[in-house]
Amino acid sequence: MLTPKRTQTFIRSYPLFSGLVLLYALISFLYHLDWLNSYHIQLVMLVGINIVMTVSLGLINGFTGQFSIGHAGFMAVGAYTSVGMTTLLLQSPGGHLGYLVFFPATLIGGIFAAATGFLIGLPTLRLGGDYLAIVTMAFAEVIRTIIRVSEPMGGPRGIGGIPDYTNLTIVFIFAITSVWLMRNFILSTYGRASKAIRDNEIAAEIMGVNTTRQKVLVFTLGAFFAGCCGSLYAHVLQYIHPDNFTFMKSLEYLIYLYIGGSSSISGAIVGATIFTFLPELFRRFSSWRMVIYSLTLILVMLFRPEGIVGNREWRPLVSRRRRT
Amino acid sequence: MDYLLQQLLNGIQLGTVYALIALGYTMVYGIIRLINFAHADIFMIGVYTSFFTATWKKIPFPVVIIISMAVCAALGVLMELLAYRPLRHKPRLSALITALGVSLFLENFAALPFIFGPEYRNFPELIRMKRYVLWEAHDLAVSNIFLLNLGIVAVLLLGLFYLIHKTMIGKQMRAVSYDKVTASLLGIHVDRVVSFTFLLGGALAGASGMLYGLTYRSIQSPYLGIWPGWKAFIAAVIGGIGSIPGAVLGSYLMGISEVYANSIDSTLGFGMAFVILIIVLIVRPRGLLGEKIQEKI
Repeated sequence: MLTPKRTQTFIRSYPLFSGLVLLYALISFLYHLDWLNSYHIQLVMLVGINIVMTVSLGLINGFTGQFSIGHAGFMAVGAYTSVGMTTLLLQSPGGHLGYLVFFPATLIGGIFAAATGFLIGLPTLRLGGDYLAIVTMAFAEVIRTIIRVSEPMGGPRGIGGIPDYTNLTIVFIFAITSVWLMRNFILSTYGRASKAIRDNEIAAEIMGVNTTRQKVLVFTLGAFFAGCCGSLYAHVLQYIHPDNFTFMKSLEYLIYLYIGGSSSISGAIVGATIFTFLPELFRRFSSWRMVIYSLTLILVMLFRPEGIVGNREWRPLVSRRRRT
Repeated sequence: MDYLLQQLLNGIQLGTVYALIALGYTMVYGIIRLINFAHADIFMIGVYTSFFTATWKKIPFPVVIIISMAVCAALGVLMELLAYRPLRHKPRLSALITALGVSLFLENFAALPFIFGPEYRNFPELIRMKRYVLWEAHDLAVSNIFLLNLGIVAVLLLGLFYLIHKTMIGKQMRAVSYDKVTASLLGIHVDRVVSFTFLLGGALAGASGMLYGLTYRSIQSPYLGIWPGWKAFIAAVIGGIGSIPGAVLGSYLMGISEVYANSIDSTLGFGMAFVILIIVLIVRPRGLLGEKIQEKI
């Protein structure tokens, strides 16, 4: 039975999970009271998606020390794959039945993105530092160009009329599961190998880490989550266009990551949350909006070069339950 | 055939604009290993500066280009001083994110209605266009603006080459780019050299902005720097980032291939640049003229 006593113990042992459930309950409650309108809900959904994107980018950039700036490309692969299944294959998407297609479509979108990531990562991850960055960006743009010139994928017009399958519950569950999975990855042996590569690649190799395999693995994993995010993103906006996934989009995630703190999951979450909300808060300043946004960005970087959170982690997020 | 030849000339024209921007990227990268995203926006400021000086009074062409170069050089130095210098010894990527911030700031600040405004403008006709027929049978012609472009670029490149290889400050630049710590131990004022590099890059971007306005005669919006900037950056990488002849070679390669790709399909131009980039980087990871750096343990 759910007695107050038991609830209290539960909250004590799983503070993070309880907090998230509470947050979800609060948001949906406020939505039902009409205090939050659908614009706010959409914003919250975008925050959730951006968090997963940023954490998955952090996996590559922050924890493995590889510099990838083409994350939006994987998002595009995921988005177009899943939309291809839900919108173009399923001519008349109907109600709850659509979800039977949507969930596998999201997963397949992720898998396609992961496959793309694998194919790109294999030859390029041997390049170091900035060259890798430039090649990832180049591949993202090539993906976009392919989408632009291929007529079946909507070409330069984009695809409209995508059903709005993504809702608050799905985003919450997706974001929590993904971040939890990535957290476990980072805390595992693989995560340690990643950090070893970041700190000193040659030393890691001497210690027996198969650096190329590890880098390709992380890259593929990051691409997988980006692909899933792309699918959710497409089903929030209900309209996708190759220009949704430009280089600027990749840079946005880079900004979220480094403003929060690159090798920290908490940092990625904080960065993505604050900097998704911020431009919306500034919306009433109209043309000054992006000026203020960019100035905030510069000032944060000047005064906190390691990011807002830095390299620390919020305890409940990384503490492991002791098995007795 | 006729068409292809004419397109080759157009490609060279475009490559000229890219080359001057690419030099700024490559020099800054060579010295402080920073991809200066805001460089494209210095180019944009150059376009606008020359537009305003040219329309304000009937200022002759050589003065316009000098003003544009001066303004952009000052902007480059200022940018380094305010945004990049405080982060010199911090993690390298925070400087990169700051560069992104500066780029966004310049674009959006310039787009404010009382600064440059977001609207389309026509660049004034500073020099009356003349066509010189080169090859009657193939209808191949060049304009005087094209020749002027080539002339200015040649002068600037020779000047740059002289500066880097024959003067003291050039020697210092090469030393700092080779090894910053040792250079400072030998009494080189590293901060001053970095400032000077930004000054040079800015001035070249300013000249490029002027030539862009003169040649294409349209100013879309304060965001116009983004794509030329990116292509110039890719050109610098193809040529081998940090290498000055490489940047020039890469730019012409980029300009020519882009014009040809665009003549097939207008959406192909940009993708083409990236395909070339990927091929070059996979075959020669340091770029066409880049030096191979031995990894030290």
